Amino acid sequence: MTSDLIFYLLAALTVVPAFWVVLSKNLVHSGFALLMTLLGAAGLYAWLGADFIAVTQLMVYIGGVLVLILFVVMMTRVPKNDRPVRGLDRYVPAGVFALATLGLLYKVITGAGWNAAALPTAEPTTAEIGVNFMTNYIFPFEYVSLVLLAALVGAALLIRERRPEDQTEAGEDSSEEVQP
Amino acid sequence: MSVGLTHFLTVSAFLFSLGLFAVMQRRNAVGILMGVELMLNASNINFVAFSRYVEHGISGQIMTAFVIVLAAAEAAVALAIVLAMYRNFGTPNADTIDSLKR
Repeated sequence: MTSDLIFYLLAALTVVPAFWVVLSKNLVHSGFALLMTLLGAAGLYAWLGADFIAVTQLMVYIGGVLVLILFVVMMTRVPKNDRPVRGLDRYVPAGVFALATLGLLYKVITGAGWNAAALPTAEPTTAEIGVNFMTNYIFPFEYVSLVLLAALVGAALLIRERRPEDQTEAGEDSSEEVQP
Repeated sequence: MSVGLTHFLTVSAFLFSLGLFAVMQRRNAVGILMGVELMLNASNINFVAFSRYVEHGISGQIMTAFVIVLAAAEAAVALAIVLAMYRNFGTPNADTIDSLKR
């Protein structure tokens, strides 16, 4: 069936670049491989009929988060004196944990009796998501907007350059600067 | 065997393990963040797959929307921290920043 073939293509597009994300020494390559993974995930959402989530993934994750990550990758660089000799000892505990996690997840996936029924026909989801955001999930919706505000203010504060007038001495009140 | 729920769970299991591997092994802070994003995407795939195959409803997709929003907020703050770290220490490597140890 062609839809199964498309699923396997999308799954390959999602998983294969993920190996490149974690193993590449060049972070820019990792960033672009992450782009491929996120595109594959958006394709998987679309395959499942989640059209709103697929487009949200494209706009927010790829168009926002990934762009920010690439900015920071290009703005930072490892200084010459901070490159330790590449040994294999980093990979062993990480690899053991990753394989153990994969094995555990595999046991759960194959062992649990999933109550998976046949797929219903896919309908557009945007209206239903919108209604749910405004009725059943109104509180998380508002909290999340507060979280976004806090993240915005926090990130802007963290990234601020220190200006000379910010350095007040101990005991000095910065409100002195305000002329009545 | 036609594509079912377990196929999606397998894909997300691979993504999650790879993300975990990146978080544990990467030295660069942005590389660690990429691993975290992989893990979040793996959980999102799980949510949407369950929403379609088991729940036949919409709650899984709403949870996915919230996860995407929170991941964006977290990535913004994490990247601001990485930039501040780079500005103060001159390196984005996470294990060079050990001032609290000494």
